[in-house]
Amino acid sequence: MTVNARPRFDFGRIVVYLVLLLAACFFLLPLVAMVFTSLKTMPEITGSEGFENSTILSPPSLVSFEAWGLAWSSACIAVACEGLRSYFWNSIILVIFAVSISVALGAVNGYVLSKWRFRGDNIIFGMLLFGCFIPFQIVLIPMARVLGILDLAGTMGGLILVHVCYGIPFTTLFFRNFYITVPDELVSAGRMDGAGFWQIFMIILVPISWPIFVVAIIWQFTNVWNDFLFGASFAGPDTRPLMVALNNLVNTSTGTKAYNVDMAGAMIAALPTMLVYIVGGRYFLRGLTSGAVKG
Amino acid sequence: MASLSIDKVTKRFGATVVLSEVSIDIEAGDFLVLVGPSGCGKSTLLNMIAGLTELSNGEIRLEDARIDGKEPKERNIAMVFQSYALYPAMTVEKNIAFPLRMAGVDKAGQAAKVGEVADLLQIGHLLKRKPAALSGGQRQRVAMGRALVRDPKLFLFDEPLSNLDAKLRVDMRTEIKRLHQRLGTTIVYVTHDQVEAMTMATKIAVMEGGAVQQFGTPAEIYDHPANRFVATFMGSPAMNLLGGQVSGDMIDLGGIRLPIPPGAKGIEDGRKVDLGLRPEWFATEPGADTVPVTGRLDLVEPTGPDLYAVVEVAGQTITTRLPARADIGGPGEIELHVDMLKAVVFDAKTGASLMERGK
Repeated sequence: MTVNARPRFDFGRIVVYLVLLLAACFFLLPLVAMVFTSLKTMPEITGSEGFENSTILSPPSLVSFEAWGLAWSSACIAVACEGLRSYFWNSIILVIFAVSISVALGAVNGYVLSKWRFRGDNIIFGMLLFGCFIPFQIVLIPMARVLGILDLAGTMGGLILVHVCYGIPFTTLFFRNFYITVPDELVSAGRMDGAGFWQIFMIILVPISWPIFVVAIIWQFTNVWNDFLFGASFAGPDTRPLMVALNNLVNTSTGTKAYNVDMAGAMIAALPTMLVYIVGGRYFLRGLTSGAVKG
Repeated sequence: MASLSIDKVTKRFGATVVLSEVSIDIEAGDFLVLVGPSGCGKSTLLNMIAGLTELSNGEIRLEDARIDGKEPKERNIAMVFQSYALYPAMTVEKNIAFPLRMAGVDKAGQAAKVGEVADLLQIGHLLKRKPAALSGGQRQRVAMGRALVRDPKLFLFDEPLSNLDAKLRVDMRTEIKRLHQRLGTTIVYVTHDQVEAMTMATKIAVMEGGAVQQFGTPAEIYDHPANRFVATFMGSPAMNLLGGQVSGDMIDLGGIRLPIPPGAKGIEDGRKVDLGLRPEWFATEPGADTVPVTGRLDLVEPTGPDLYAVVEVAGQTITTRLPARADIGGPGEIELHVDMLKAVVFDAKTGASLMERGK
């Protein structure tokens, strides 16, 4: 990379930045509309008397967090009017277990498939990869049957199991491709130094695997948190995740639609994923590319 | 310290035979160098001694106890890898202490031993650093420290110097040799560099095509090569081979006739042979046992201490190594004197040595 002595302001560059700025504004509009709406009162949203000039993109004339409070703890979802709170915690528990188990298993799988080659390992890896391409809808009925046999239907454990099964192909792929770039001599050195299978993994490899852990965690967190189909299909009334509850909240029709509450609910549902990206985003990119260039 | 015995070891990967019936015996305190071009099987053999690769056939014994089939950690063997294989997330101190930690040595015992090894290798000031913050030579030392720390019976080195620059390589070569002399450990060292083999080894096994071509002391290998491959692989510039035919007690090189060297026995008249002459056996002045050779000077390469003169003799090109200040004039006719006492003869067809000393 060359370092310019002074910044250059040529016409082409200005155009590029203008276009980028416009694109950024365009893609930010829905978010802006959501945030503004969630902070408004209903009369302002519906353009009632006194708010005739209000549009979906006009800033709230009076910032009110009332809708957020309602969405969190007292909005009606079906017949219960307790807000999203309990579902939020359902999703947190789901994500903690589903992500940690699938990432841990993927890491061990990747370690074995790259460093402890055995007869037929590539076939097993190929079969695991195939799991990445199976659409969710295809497995719904077989999965329901399996959960029934395991007596896990409608439980949190069952939902966690489903997400772990669906996550393992991806996490295995991530870790296997990462460990392929780690020199085999490290494992050989560990063996010569008297370390066993787990010691080599835990003491030598895990401490250098954080970039790919970040990638796998973000990937799994986003998928599990944002999942609607599995949650709607396999969760029981008490174990429904947030995304299912949000859908029910928005689709509950009693009287006027409370757009501000809907928007606040959607924001609450989206915040954790945004937070994870903001915290882990730069490691995410670094981790995705770390396989290409040997560190 | 222990003797090592490799007995008819064979390695096959599927239908490919990588090593066939390799047998090597060394005594306690020996410095064995396995040398050969890439793909000759030397690293596979080393990995089998280490326990990282399984044998297809044969036995490996350390101190008369069979070790093939045992796990690497049960063999009490330490290894220094080409890439050093330092654990990136650990400090130098933790890297060196790692084998002790795995063996269950307590913290105080680890610290004492690490300190001892660090002093020996002069890396005490690096103990708190991570491997990424070390130079190539320092990493090399740390890797050796990690191998030394638990007093193994046998040390294995897998091309440990090939990632260093030329000057450092020579320094480390000296250092490893000094370490060997001081500690008296048994070492098996793999390299493709014949200079490393000659300078460090007490025993050399020259390998090619999955077989040991010759096993012996550096002097035996250099002075009495068992075949053409060993003769040309060991030594730089390589030994000159001149094709010719036996005629009476002379070898006819096609125009020039040189006497059959005294060690060659039982070569009948008319046999096609290759006469092997090392570059340094040539001189500009006649000596006690020299024979004059005339040729045409083609090219001169001064290296500083020496002068490599490329000469055409009887239509064949040879390289000679003369003193830097040798007076050889310009291109044209040149008369050199070659020491025929040391010369070796190979069968032209099989490449095997026809000398009595050679095997």
